[in-house]
Amino acid sequence: MKVKVIARNPDDYVRETKLDIQRVPRNYDPSLHPFEVSREYTRALNATKLERVFAKPFVASLDGHRDGVNCMAKHAKSLSTLLSGSCDGEVKVWNLSKHECVRTFQAHEGFVRGMVVRFCGTSFFTVGDDKTIKQWKMESPGYGEEEEPINTILGKTVYTGLDHHQNDPVFATCGQQVDIWDEQRSSPIRSFTWGVDSFSSVHFNPVETELLASCASDRSIVLYDMRESTPLKKVIMTMRSNTLSWNPMEAYYFTCANEDYNLYTYDMRYLAKPIMVHMDHVSAVLDVDYAPTGKEFVSASFDKTIRIFAKDGGHSREVYHTKRMQHVICIKWSADNKYILSGSDEMNIRLWKANAAEKLGVLAPREREAANYSQKLKEKFQHHPQIRRIARHRHLPKTIYHQTKELRIMKEARRRKERNVRKHSKPGSVPVVSEKEKHVVTVVK
Amino acid sequence: MAKVSKKKASKKKTRSGGAEQSNEGHPDVVYDDEKEEDATDEDITVEDEDEHDERKRQKLLEAIGTLSGKRKKTLGERSEAAVHMSEFTVNAEGEGDKVDLSDLIGSIEKTPGLSGKSKKRLKNLEQNRKTIECPLSKQESERIRRDLAFQKVSKEVSHWKSVIRQNERAEQLVFPLNQEPSGPKPIERVVMGWKAQTPLEQEVFTLLSANKQPINDPILTPTEEASMKAMSLEEAKVRRAELQKARALQSYYEAKARRQKKIKSKKYHKVLNKAKSKDFQKQFDEMVKRDPAAALEELNKMEMARMQERMSLKHQNSSKWARSKAIMAKYDEGARKAIQQQLEVNKDLTQKLVTSLNKEEEETMEEDGNADVVPDFVNDAEQGLDFSNPWMTGKLSQDCVEKETSNAVTIRAEENVAEEEEVEETEEEVLLREFDSRRKRRQAQEADAAVILTEEEEEENKDASDKEEEELSEFTSLFKGIAEGCGEADTAAELEKELKIRCLEDEELLTQDKEAEEEEEATDKGPVVPQHPPATENGQKTGKSRKRRKGIELKQVLTKGAQVLQVPFAPTIEDAEDSEGKLDQRGLIKEAFAGDDIISDFLKEKRKQEDAGKPKVVDLTLPGWGEWGGGGLQPSCRKRKKFRRKMTPPPPRKDQHLPGVIISEKRSSSIRLHQVNALPFPFESPSVFENTIRSALGRTWNTERTVKKVTKPKVVTKLGAIIEPMTREELVKDKNRASAGSSSSVKS
Repeated sequence: MKVKVIARNPDDYVRETKLDIQRVPRNYDPSLHPFEVSREYTRALNATKLERVFAKPFVASLDGHRDGVNCMAKHAKSLSTLLSGSCDGEVKVWNLSKHECVRTFQAHEGFVRGMVVRFCGTSFFTVGDDKTIKQWKMESPGYGEEEEPINTILGKTVYTGLDHHQNDPVFATCGQQVDIWDEQRSSPIRSFTWGVDSFSSVHFNPVETELLASCASDRSIVLYDMRESTPLKKVIMTMRSNTLSWNPMEAYYFTCANEDYNLYTYDMRYLAKPIMVHMDHVSAVLDVDYAPTGKEFVSASFDKTIRIFAKDGGHSREVYHTKRMQHVICIKWSADNKYILSGSDEMNIRLWKANAAEKLGVLAPREREAANYSQKLKEKFQHHPQIRRIARHRHLPKTIYHQTKELRIMKEARRRKERNVRKHSKPGSVPVVSEKEKHVVTVVK
Repeated sequence: MAKVSKKKASKKKTRSGGAEQSNEGHPDVVYDDEKEEDATDEDITVEDEDEHDERKRQKLLEAIGTLSGKRKKTLGERSEAAVHMSEFTVNAEGEGDKVDLSDLIGSIEKTPGLSGKSKKRLKNLEQNRKTIECPLSKQESERIRRDLAFQKVSKEVSHWKSVIRQNERAEQLVFPLNQEPSGPKPIERVVMGWKAQTPLEQEVFTLLSANKQPINDPILTPTEEASMKAMSLEEAKVRRAELQKARALQSYYEAKARRQKKIKSKKYHKVLNKAKSKDFQKQFDEMVKRDPAAALEELNKMEMARMQERMSLKHQNSSKWARSKAIMAKYDEGARKAIQQQLEVNKDLTQKLVTSLNKEEEETMEEDGNADVVPDFVNDAEQGLDFSNPWMTGKLSQDCVEKETSNAVTIRAEENVAEEEEVEETEEEVLLREFDSRRKRRQAQEADAAVILTEEEEEENKDASDKEEEELSEFTSLFKGIAEGCGEADTAAELEKELKIRCLEDEELLTQDKEAEEEEEATDKGPVVPQHPPATENGQKTGKSRKRRKGIELKQVLTKGAQVLQVPFAPTIEDAEDSEGKLDQRGLIKEAFAGDDIISDFLKEKRKQEDAGKPKVVDLTLPGWGEWGGGGLQPSCRKRKKFRRKMTPPPPRKDQHLPGVIISEKRSSSIRLHQVNALPFPFESPSVFENTIRSALGRTWNTERTVKKVTKPKVVTKLGAIIEPMTREELVKDKNRASAGSSSSVKS
């Protein structure tokens, strides 16, 4: 008699080692999977919900300052070091991984207005209300030594901002004018004035390292080239810009934080119109910093929130707030693109995750793959109403929520009025002005 | 802004200047100054009047003074200080005049110490009356400087455009940007950081450097480097690969030729020759289409071969071999066969080529010289057919198949004249066999096609037979035309057109019949697509029809017919009608207003939808449960009745009482919540968006590799690494990439 047996070869289904992945025999014929879209939709929905569940961005709060934190500086070479200066002239150096302060000293009388770490990371500069520029060593002094600056430059006026060149021993300060200093000299090698009496901040372009931009009190943003004797151009806006930040990956883009609750991204070659207006804050924006990847930036506002914007997004993708956080004065995006640091009025520095739902630390390969997959799913189905609703939902403090609403109503009313005026006047006499054009007064050559 | 302020300032200045001068009481100067400013004209007049008054008053005072009798020293009128008053109260003559250069140089003419050269130069200067423009104001010049600087900078910054664009488009960006590749480093880099330390090492290094041997990074001698520079690596690689390939090909070819030369097998050569002749035939067929002149030449060659054959005794059984075979023939069947075959060869070779093709071609060549026009048409008509198309090769007589074989044989024979006789014979056998089989196949095809045609004919009206006759006559006339060479542009295409028309007519009639039978459906469906019933249905009729069409090359007609059936025939129908005029009026009108019965259409559609929504009976019987099961067994009637379930009826339709409305019930509110209701921003058409949704990403539906590729994150950062801002090196890299890309594109 012939006996037929089902043959099973263990080579087909047994792993060689336990580290191998399990072989999963599958038939990928699409006709066998009629419900793939609906299944993926469900997965996407679940992924979105889980993202909201795991969105816990707050990592730590660093307390110790005895007055509001006025400025911060990232260390150029170490990710775990942060420097902060407060309104009482105190400077603190923090170890972020340990969440502790490693060094404290009185740097200035009055506010510490600005601070920046030299590109090599061995020393840093501070400017204060006492009209001095001081250079400090990064290491704390040995036992019994006094905290003393390496260099002190006594200026004639108050300096309000400071930035260092990307790779040359040159730094820039601003106050009544913008000065370029050589580290070795006690007088500026160049000063720029252009009919304005005070500047609030100055920033070097990190890519085209010879360029600078500064925000002035006459509502203007002025561009400079370090090699030229005159400024390049300035744009005057409807309201004052508090500070600006250059995109570290795209040489000619910068974003400025404005008093009119918005942020504006400019192409420095075409200042007549910002390329993007970023709205969402409900009070003056005080600080802005780009992510090191140049894809996003974070802004700090007087409305006690931090918002994260895509560089080409008109509205924020994320908003961070806590009950105790007051007006956020300074903000930094960490150099590894993972964290955000905010210094606020109520003397605390807070550490946030840049991606609220991201799992920190090293991921197992399967974990990473799963995360990537769910990320792609969320992207794929982002336009579906249910998923969008869940992904966009954020809890906001009551005041901000209502203020947002109010602003929306006001804006709508203004728009309606304009429309009516246009309707009842001679055609062409009331031109349509786009939102981007509305906020620029003039460009001065 | 700055400009405005400046203007204001200047205005202010002029105004204040005017005031000053008016105080000094010198109207002329003031007036001169003020003339420049139109805006202040009114002020001037007022001031003028004032001054006049003052003067009058002065005179009046003087007059009064004289009246008193006392002589008073008269005060001189005050004049402008700067011009009129010198320090020493000396008034020079012509003080208001300009000082000319000639005034200054006048004395120089007389001075002897001056060289002629400088005198000449001074004279030139004197003649040159042009004044130098006054320099721009500070604001103005600064603005220009700023503008220039800005333009320079913006140009410089624009170099980054391509990098930025590229990064925006990149599928994945890995940060930090310039990461050291992990893994082993190239030895040059390791050597770079190493220094000679021991005396021995130092000695070696001095030796190396003395002999100009490389010590570190690229480990190449200067000569090597120079050679590297002469030809870039990639270029060299490409060139080397080309050479290698050429060499390899050459060697293969040589080896092949050598091997072939050595082979003694007759069979092999037979096969080879066969392949060659096949090739030749193909070429010939193509030539007929493409270049009739050349084909004709070939034919002439064949004719020549025939003539030679006729003249020679080669296959006439007069050779030595033939004689020996003849002797053997008595006893050996093989020998007899061989002789027979040889004779056949002779017969084939000497037979006259027939040759409508020759004639036709000659005629066409004569009639219209432009041979280019013909091939195009021919190509169009030819597409679905093989090369043995008799319409093309011109074999239109009844025994075309046989002729074709003979034709082919002649071709072959002609080619192989020089070959060995035995080989020839066997080859011909093979060929004959092949043709036989081909003929059989073709006959089978004919039978099939004939069946199709007859089926159509069955449904035709009574006058079908008449038409058949007509058809036949048409064909024959066509044949005649071809045979006589009266086809002007190209007969093949014309014929095909003719055929198409015929088939369309057939179909037209078919549709008419159907309409007569079921009028309702006719309105619904529009153009009726004829269906082919299975071929085996009635064999005898096939036979009949075949008999009828005996004179026609069936295959041609039928294959054409079958092709044309699928063509949408709406536009061509009218032509057919016009030519024939056989459609009756009623049918025509009916067709013209076919879509006009809207109301009944609508009602029908509504009824259809209602029917679709009605509950259906579902049979839930499971065979084999509670009784015997297996092939050919039906579940019992009782069981079937028991498990037959009627579904619950749906809620009443919303358009139940609305006769003129259909409300679709397909839409469900629960699903709508999850559906995208507007096309999202970056997408431009719904189909694109739907496609992105339709393609699944997960590993359930994709292979591992695809999943990895599809779910690749856009931005990858390294844990714990500082991401530095972009440096200028990226720009250089980008430039290199661009130049490499452009050079490669030039190459390709």
